[in-house]
Amino acid sequence: MIKTQNLTKRYGGILAVDDLTFTVAPGEVLGFLGANGAGKSTTMRMIAGFIAPSAGTVSVCGHDIGAAPVAAKACMGYLPEGAPTYGEMTVGEFLDFVADVRGLKGARRRGRRDVVIDRLALGPVADQVIETLSKGFRRRVGLAQALIHDPQVLILDEPTDGLDPNQKHEVRRLINELSKDKLVVVSTHILEEVHEVCTRAIIIANGRIVADETPAALEARSRYHHAVTLRFERREAFEAGRVAIGALAEVTAVEFDERELRLTAVPRPGANVLPAVSALVVKNDWDVPELHLEAGRLDEVFRSLTQPLQAEAAGADPFKAHGATL
Amino acid sequence: MNQVTTIFRRELRGYFTTPLAYVFIVIFLVLAAVFTFQVGGFLERGQADLQPFFRWHPWLYLVLIPAISMRLWAEERSSGSIELLMTLPITLWQAVVGKFLAAWVFAGIALLLTFPIWITVNYLGHPDNGAIVAAYVGSFLMAGGFLAIGTCLSAATRNQVVAFVTAAMVGFVFLLAGFPLVLDFVRGVLPQAIVDAIASLSFLTHFEAISKGVIDLRDIVYFAALIVSWLTATALVLDMKKAE
Repeated sequence: MIKTQNLTKRYGGILAVDDLTFTVAPGEVLGFLGANGAGKSTTMRMIAGFIAPSAGTVSVCGHDIGAAPVAAKACMGYLPEGAPTYGEMTVGEFLDFVADVRGLKGARRRGRRDVVIDRLALGPVADQVIETLSKGFRRRVGLAQALIHDPQVLILDEPTDGLDPNQKHEVRRLINELSKDKLVVVSTHILEEVHEVCTRAIIIANGRIVADETPAALEARSRYHHAVTLRFERREAFEAGRVAIGALAEVTAVEFDERELRLTAVPRPGANVLPAVSALVVKNDWDVPELHLEAGRLDEVFRSLTQPLQAEAAGADPFKAHGATL
Repeated sequence: MNQVTTIFRRELRGYFTTPLAYVFIVIFLVLAAVFTFQVGGFLERGQADLQPFFRWHPWLYLVLIPAISMRLWAEERSSGSIELLMTLPITLWQAVVGKFLAAWVFAGIALLLTFPIWITVNYLGHPDNGAIVAAYVGSFLMAGGFLAIGTCLSAATRNQVVAFVTAAMVGFVFLLAGFPLVLDFVRGVLPQAIVDAIASLSFLTHFEAISKGVIDLRDIVYFAALIVSWLTATALVLDMKKAE
């Protein structure tokens, strides 16, 4: 269980994190989303106890991070941004060091070490010096370190950054497996990741929460929620379809790609355009090899939620305002 | 306590997995020998003691100890591993003490490796071995003092060169405070009590007594207090600017 209460961090005059209050329960995988500089890492660092908040409190597993930092840190595993490690050590030595600091002993120490090495496929490099490894391996060493004591709470700051698609898939699968009995907080700016691993997403912009919902609810905010996209075989049908679909009462706009002969019918809020569109296709006997219903586009929701705020912040910046007049 | 030991072991091993340890030990031993035999005239004096050896230790430490201490925290900062260390379930003090002890023991290993000079002097004559042991203890304490200063300055920066230069500079001030040149100069303008206070802050004053074989409790308290104060400052500096 993680609870934050009015969590705030100021750097000089800059408000990096502004009054965040949220609770995460076991079994949840919380995706922490935001543009670069939105305050994701700062928030995670405060939860992990690396930096002290300017105001507000954090409690992890019932331990207040300010009053009982050691107990709070003991029940969580943390992967800092960039997965820093001690580069001059070998993978095995490093994991042993973390296991020792975390108080693992005897058979459990050996057992957990073997488990994380196996789960993160570090076996072939266990005796190699960390700084000679590729970025993907180093990231996995960081993950292994966070998992070694089988923590109840996992805080992962951009866990898939720098991994190739296969490794990303593996890490996501790992997070999904872990989430059965743990609480995981993942920060990312890869939106497909949210869909794949998270049960809940918090979007922050300029240090404030602008959305806190399930990924499906976020997608439902999209203007593309329940939109229908179809691809035509022939140009004449495409042109006719553009006009006919655009005339439907349920459709608010038609977006199209003339080169691909693809068009998207964007529904009015709450409307369902699929029956009408498919009826048109059947009636006119168009040759449509592709037709699908969209759940919504997360990137579009993300942009619409974070950009107005960023523009507002940029407008308040005297340097930018001045630059525009030059 | 366990955590201190774990951090201590990792840190000490860290010295020996890089060339730093070997380069440092070789240079320390060579310089110690050059000063003892060439500059100090160990053989020409015809006396069975190690004064010409210990006399140069403050100056050797002034240059060489910052080379050990500079990486202690500056490296953690620049590599980002400080974030890992500080989010492990340990207290700030355990980290500060564990790392400091590792550096101190490393300096102690380098000091112990000067044992051939002790064998030499025993082969050539009949020195007061009690006095020599006392001088070794004094030298080790002084190394701890220099290291504590260096630890604090290393914690204040992410740049190891800055950490080295500032540690050497502050160390120099602590040495010079007991130098007759400085003391004679201030004696003319300041009352005797302040002159004594300045002299009592100096490494030289305290080390000289011990290096002659006189272990005075006050000298030991001085070095212990110096180390504790600078380590406290280290913890404060780290607490204030951990993430920078």
